[in-house]
Amino acid sequence: MRSVLPILTVVMAILALWYGAAVMLNRQWTLDQAARAGQDLTIAQIVADTMAQDRPKLPAPHQVGAELWNTTGAMVLEGRAFTRRSLIWHGWVTLSATLVGFGIGTGLGILLAVGIVHNRAMDMSVMPWAIASQTIPILAIAPMIIVVLNSVGISGLLPKAIISAYLSFFPVVVGMVAGLRSPDRMQLDLLRTYSASPSQAFWKLRWPSSMPYLFTSLKVGMAASLVGAIVGELPTGAVRGLGARLLAGSYYGQTVQIWSALFAAAILAATLVGIIGLIQRITLKRMGMAR
Amino acid sequence: MIWLGGVAAFWAAALALNVWLSNSAWRRTWAVRLAVPAIFGLTILVVWEGLVRGLGVPSVILPPPTAIGARIASSTSILWVDFVQTFVKGALSGYVMGCSAAVLTAIVIDRSPFLKQGLLPVGNFIAALPIIGTAPILVMWFGFDWQSKAAVVVAMVFFPVLVNTVQGLAASDPMQRDLMRTWSASYGQTLLKLRLPAAMPFIFNGLKIATTLALIGAIVAEFFGSPIRGMGFRISTEVGRLALDMVWAEIAVAALAGSAFYGLVALAERAVTFWHPSQRGE
Repeated sequence: MRSVLPILTVVMAILALWYGAAVMLNRQWTLDQAARAGQDLTIAQIVADTMAQDRPKLPAPHQVGAELWNTTGAMVLEGRAFTRRSLIWHGWVTLSATLVGFGIGTGLGILLAVGIVHNRAMDMSVMPWAIASQTIPILAIAPMIIVVLNSVGISGLLPKAIISAYLSFFPVVVGMVAGLRSPDRMQLDLLRTYSASPSQAFWKLRWPSSMPYLFTSLKVGMAASLVGAIVGELPTGAVRGLGARLLAGSYYGQTVQIWSALFAAAILAATLVGIIGLIQRITLKRMGMAR
Repeated sequence: MIWLGGVAAFWAAALALNVWLSNSAWRRTWAVRLAVPAIFGLTILVVWEGLVRGLGVPSVILPPPTAIGARIASSTSILWVDFVQTFVKGALSGYVMGCSAAVLTAIVIDRSPFLKQGLLPVGNFIAALPIIGTAPILVMWFGFDWQSKAAVVVAMVFFPVLVNTVQGLAASDPMQRDLMRTWSASYGQTLLKLRLPAAMPFIFNGLKIATTLALIGAIVAEFFGSPIRGMGFRISTEVGRLALDMVWAEIAVAALAGSAFYGLVALAERAVTFWHPSQRGE
């Protein structure tokens, strides 16, 4: 709790910098408009105008906040929460693809990790590739997956979910292999003296001791899934989803819309990672592993 | 049918060979450690080729590896131009700017515990956000050419490197710092001779994470607008024309560039942190 004050200070400093930058970046347009109309503006008028432009270079924080409210809370109050103009609807489209992909990716990742830990041939052949794949910009194949699946008649949620799954797959594999190998030799030997079967050793020792690693890689995988879903929405031509809002905003120069979509994505990511963190804290506490 | 049968036979043979090799007496030698993943990779390529040819998959869905190889060989000049535009101009310049800015910022922050307490959680928070979303904004600000891509890369690599460097600067123990004080070392001397070297494993961890992020940032930023060259531009336009062999060729180049970049940073890490237990090996 003692770090609340420093964090608040930093956040306030960022907001102050943001307002300053908004005035600096938007000033030129205001001055041009005034010169065209033949007016002289006072400093206060210039500042007021830079905060309230329609298509500012950098929207002020309160403009982004207002846009976020208008496209979420206000639409709920009007009962139009799931219309095309509502960020809740776009966010839901992205979120559902993210969650489906995350589920598939982590499920397969854990299965592969179990295989790798129990089978030496698999370990030696797959593991180097799994590690190498982390250095590759996998996201580059996103447009291709979307278009190819579209051409064979699969569109909508599934292609995005596949990209999300692919992105969350490898962090989970690498993390879980490390986690399932984290018990000491000594502990494994102890189980052998109890003549425990491999499956008992797995469920009673390897699986529980891999939990901290699992949650760490789930957090990484969740963030990656969301990025995957957002990028997966770009090549389909800006139809639905947060990525589509970003792309549409950049086509039409709607900076306020871009920033609000960006913040919606950020809030979504923070919430998802926060939920995993919460589950992690509860689980590890009940297992007696909390630090 | 011949293709499918051949694929099945090759797969079974490679699998048997790999199982035998990884259980054999030489499994700890470096040759086998290299051969097993290589055989696995080769098997995937052969199975891919065989299935595509055997099942008659049209090349607009999945081109066979040989076609991709032929495309790489026949269009090296385009690939090179794209590589220079995206990797050298966009990713590399952004990487250098972002990482050096992050390390310098970390050193400045480190002097104030108050700032450190505030910036670390915020930095950790921002590092988990989909920063790639700033790409359309930065493309709008800096134009279509490589400057905007470098800006996206700077935004992407800054926070992971910052957080790691701040952690690293705290990594030297109090005892060592006290020793420096007994020698009446100045702040600068302590920083250069003790704390920066001790921080190097952490800094390199951040730098390695940043290599992948840099390439991703540079490629994805091109989806939001670019001049008529660049890997991201080529991928998105060739996908539109269903020339998938060219797309795969670009992806192969990106994969190669990404691994080579990571490998270079890892080599630099070995050279700089040769003293660290993780580098000494057994």
